[in-house]
Amino acid sequence: MEDLVAARLQMALSLGFHIIFSCIGMTMPVLMAFSEWRWLRTGKQVYLDVTKAWSKGVAIFFAVGAVSGTVLSFELGLLWPEFMKHAGAIIGMPFSWEGTAFFVEAIALGVFLYGWNRLNKWVHWISGVVVGISGVLSGIFVVAANAWMNSPSGFDWVDGKAVNIDPVKAMFNDAWLSQSIHMTLAAFVATSFAVAGVHAFLLLKNRTNTFHHEAVRSALIFGAVAAILQPISGDFSAKFVAKNQPGKLAAMEALYKTSKPAGLVIGGIPNDKEQKVDYAIHIPKLLSYLAHGDFTAEVTGLDKIPKDEQPPVLVPHIAFQLMVACGTVLALAGMLYIIFSYKWQYILFKRWWLTFIAFTTPLGFIAVEAGWTVTEVGRQPWIIFGVMRTKDAVSSMPGLQYSFFLITGVYILLTFILIRLMRRQIKTVPELYESAKS
Amino acid sequence: MLALIILILGTSFVLYTLLGGADFGAGIIEIFAGKREEKTITRAIAPVWEANHVWLILAVVILFTGFPLVYSSLSLVLHIPLMLVLIGIIFRGSAFTFRHYDVSYGRSHRYYTFLFKASSFITPMFLGITLGAMILGRITFNQSVGFYEMFVSPWLNVFCFIMGVFSTSLFAYIAAVFLIPEAHEDKEKNKYTRLARNTMASTITSGILVFIAAQWEGHNLVSDFLKSPISIISLAVVALLVPVILHFIHTKKAVYLRASIGLQVTAIVTGWFAIQYPVVINVKDGHHLTFFNTHAPDATLKQLLIALMVGLVLVIPAFIFLFRVFKVKE
Repeated sequence: MEDLVAARLQMALSLGFHIIFSCIGMTMPVLMAFSEWRWLRTGKQVYLDVTKAWSKGVAIFFAVGAVSGTVLSFELGLLWPEFMKHAGAIIGMPFSWEGTAFFVEAIALGVFLYGWNRLNKWVHWISGVVVGISGVLSGIFVVAANAWMNSPSGFDWVDGKAVNIDPVKAMFNDAWLSQSIHMTLAAFVATSFAVAGVHAFLLLKNRTNTFHHEAVRSALIFGAVAAILQPISGDFSAKFVAKNQPGKLAAMEALYKTSKPAGLVIGGIPNDKEQKVDYAIHIPKLLSYLAHGDFTAEVTGLDKIPKDEQPPVLVPHIAFQLMVACGTVLALAGMLYIIFSYKWQYILFKRWWLTFIAFTTPLGFIAVEAGWTVTEVGRQPWIIFGVMRTKDAVSSMPGLQYSFFLITGVYILLTFILIRLMRRQIKTVPELYESAKS
Repeated sequence: MLALIILILGTSFVLYTLLGGADFGAGIIEIFAGKREEKTITRAIAPVWEANHVWLILAVVILFTGFPLVYSSLSLVLHIPLMLVLIGIIFRGSAFTFRHYDVSYGRSHRYYTFLFKASSFITPMFLGITLGAMILGRITFNQSVGFYEMFVSPWLNVFCFIMGVFSTSLFAYIAAVFLIPEAHEDKEKNKYTRLARNTMASTITSGILVFIAAQWEGHNLVSDFLKSPISIISLAVVALLVPVILHFIHTKKAVYLRASIGLQVTAIVTGWFAIQYPVVINVKDGHHLTFFNTHAPDATLKQLLIALMVGLVLVIPAFIFLFRVFKVKE
């Protein structure tokens, strides 16, 4: 295996693994704090039970998230030393803020998880709120660093060196806001629907169980709102990409030829040889509107991008379709949930509705993984867009594939253990909590 | 500004050695312990290990933001030992948590325990090896020397191995000392007391061996040491604290024990820092990487310092609160 390929696969695997835990780490503290707050306000045992049951899962996921995040902080150098040599001084700032936020998060989580009997109830609740806030912030900081790779700013590139470095400008690069909003919402959609889905699945066995009902409700409040907002943020992101990285947009849409107006391609398999998309649905003029807000606008195709700067088309296109498809289903589910809970509450207890929510369990995470595939593969061949190529950043150590195999083995093992562990955790819930019994 | 950042980097390194070291050391201590000790160890480290671990992340972030050349050079040539450190970190954290939260006490519990112990041993071993490679000066960035010379021989040698043994004993020693006040029963306390004395002896022995091994590998560590007054003072402090700690181990006074071992670890790390300051990585061809020839531009250092200052203002009180809740209120 070529070293560059091995390094890219290892990075993709490590990010793809870690991102699941980061999403959970960003969202679950907020859900737990919300549930605990309901308990503090109403005194109903079921809210406390839900909070406690969730907190055990969170402890497990948070630990794996902390160590897999450490892996990434090392891998940036282990795999891409040339990148970090130049980029460290430029994007170190969001990372140092992320370090701070993560520090606060880890401390507050320790207090939250183990301080139940040692602290005043409200102090305990505040520690949960602190975990939530710092979790979301640390996510935003990391995404800001990634946004810089898509939209590098805050330095001048002279003779292969970065000069006139302005870390503040680099952190608040043009892409940071759209990417941060999109990722934060994605974390809430994915985690909330996954949590709701698991509880809905358990409800299917016993549809009167209040524990699982309250769990679904707490999770879906956040999931529904985030899922409805997400397409708006997606549109904002797409317009930005159209302007900033036309090559990436062309790859996402498999737009081989610059068109005015450009139609939207839905689904299909890009055919690089014939420069067209097989088996796709074409909607005329829609891409022009989505990308530039004007049905007659010109959309840049791959033909306008120099051959050696073009991203691959197949992977970003399919990943993008997958993300949009999952997002659409979830946005729809979110809208239905809000309508039902206002007008027809009895539907929320129906078998078909619970089956549908159970079916949405993995969708948000599939969308997250697909979305990252779009943004990372769509940036290729660049590691710093327009400045440094990925192949020039990779470590010169031969045999990188062995690192990749090792990490792959470790993560497969961890995934296997985690699945077993969570299944066992879920099984014990009725034994531990009174409200989950019936 | 640079001095302050170096100071914070050093401090986070000391705190990681002390607190993170104690958590890894606890896993090593568990190798010599039974069911009862396992419970105490779990209770002692569960609420704090993640926060303790962040001192390492902080050090890494300071390194790649403030001294990007040090970070990228280290990760290039020491890829293999660093990868093994990472594998250790992954398994220690996850196996510990899995064991703590898994409801079953069956076979999986034994597997988790095995992984926890093994990774608690591997991580300090390879951390020590990595540090050894930074000291020894076999590191080269000349690709033409070949794979073995560039990526293996800088760390695969007697000196680095002894450094690994030294770090491992040191971590186990810190853990044994910290565990004495954590135990509830006298019998268990006595076990940690015995382990603390033994690991102290092995730390001192391997510490002496580090100097001998350096001479053996042709690196004159003794003369470097004698040239640095701070290192000599540090060693004196370390030595003077030996009988003091032995006394506190005997009386089992928690506060004094923690304070004196904290001081001792600080002195050990300071001594090492001072021997080679301002060099961070000794390089074969003599073009050593120092804090001064690798640091980021001032604009970056300023922002880094602001982030660190704000961070410390938030983190230090939170950290004290965490330790008050879980370590003082016993």
